[in-house]
Amino acid sequence: MMTPKELIARRVAKELNDGDVVNLGIGLPTMVANYLPEGVDITFQSENGMLGLGPAPVEGEEDWDLTNAGGQPITMSIGGVCFDSSTSFGIIRGGHVDATILGSLQVDEQGNISNWIIPGKMVPGMGGAMDLLVGARKVIIAMTHTAKGKMKILKKCSLPFTAVKQVNMIVTELGVMEITDEGILLTEIAPGVTIEEIQEVTEPKLIISENLETIRI
Amino acid sequence: MKKIIDKSEFISKLKNGMSIMVGGFMVVGTPENLIEEIVKSDIKDLTIICNDAGLPNKGVGKLISAGKVKKLIASHIGLNPEAGKRMSEGTMEVELVPQGTLVEQIRSGGAGLGGFLTPTGLGTIVQEGKEIIEVEGEKFLLEKPLKADIALLLGHKVDEKGNTIYSKTTRNFNPMMATACEIVIVEAREVVSIGDLNPDNIVTPHIFVDYIVKGDK
Repeated sequence: MMTPKELIARRVAKELNDGDVVNLGIGLPTMVANYLPEGVDITFQSENGMLGLGPAPVEGEEDWDLTNAGGQPITMSIGGVCFDSSTSFGIIRGGHVDATILGSLQVDEQGNISNWIIPGKMVPGMGGAMDLLVGARKVIIAMTHTAKGKMKILKKCSLPFTAVKQVNMIVTELGVMEITDEGILLTEIAPGVTIEEIQEVTEPKLIISENLETIRI
Repeated sequence: MKKIIDKSEFISKLKNGMSIMVGGFMVVGTPENLIEEIVKSDIKDLTIICNDAGLPNKGVGKLISAGKVKKLIASHIGLNPEAGKRMSEGTMEVELVPQGTLVEQIRSGGAGLGGFLTPTGLGTIVQEGKEIIEVEGEKFLLEKPLKADIALLLGHKVDEKGNTIYSKTTRNFNPMMATACEIVIVEAREVVSIGDLNPDNIVTPHIFVDYIVKGDK
């Protein structure tokens, strides 16, 4: 039985196209790299300053001069390249990243996203998220549909925004949604889940695609 | 001009209340030996500018844990609970800046610019108190340059003149910080003779470097 997170990661991986430059956030989004479709060559960017992330290092062979944005050791694929943070964020803001995949605390039907602060409780900072959200050509949110029973897909985010109107797509364990000018369009639904069930845990009224299909994994 | 100094001479360059830029990203590329010298000294009330807050016992986190930091300007503090604690207690002021904005502020400071225009942070808390400028129908935030008294950097190979190359993802903020401070001090993993580095590979030209302190290989 596939875990909800694996299902999300497998589905997001299908969104990536051969030749894309992709930045993966920490946590669930990192799993996407494990499920790339056959023959799809992706260049992964890490905002601390490198292109060409390879597979996780073998235990005992970690190189602490080669790390990801979480400070964890990584490997570099052949042809990989390191650069400074200014070049890295030029790549990000300049529209040279095809897709960024991030987790989130809240997303709303205007495509606004809040994932960097819970005032008074948790203030980790925005890191590179604000730049990635405005700069990447496509923003895909990979997250569980709810958090401890609380809704995360809302009419309007209640937490401070990380970016305004930047989200293009949301993938959860219940379905795949696109942000449109009219609202959130449900395009795919997980096996065994009904439209009523997904609507019950989603605050805005979902628009149901005429071509609604079972989630593609 | 002889640039190589020892650790005690290094400390003599610092004063209470100075602003210090510290290279590194999640402690990768941070000059740990220089940090350790400050921890052992009486220097205090520092304003630290760094990508993040490091870890409680590593990188700028050591300065925070030792109570030497009055103000921290960073993009992320989430991996150092000690920083969060001091921020909520009010014993350390924290200014959070988007990562791409922070590095570009530093680059502007070193490049003689009056700031730059970025879409990052529009419509968020980051926008507060800042000028919005429209260019060809698109809105941008005006972000101002950032400079400091001292830069503390980690060089992989540094020649006796100060020419510096970095290793892999340890580069991150180091090259920009080298340009934006009154006094630039590089901790060198290895000091090499003038002429030993290939001029095509040098990242930080020697004119930016004032002092070199030998570190660990």
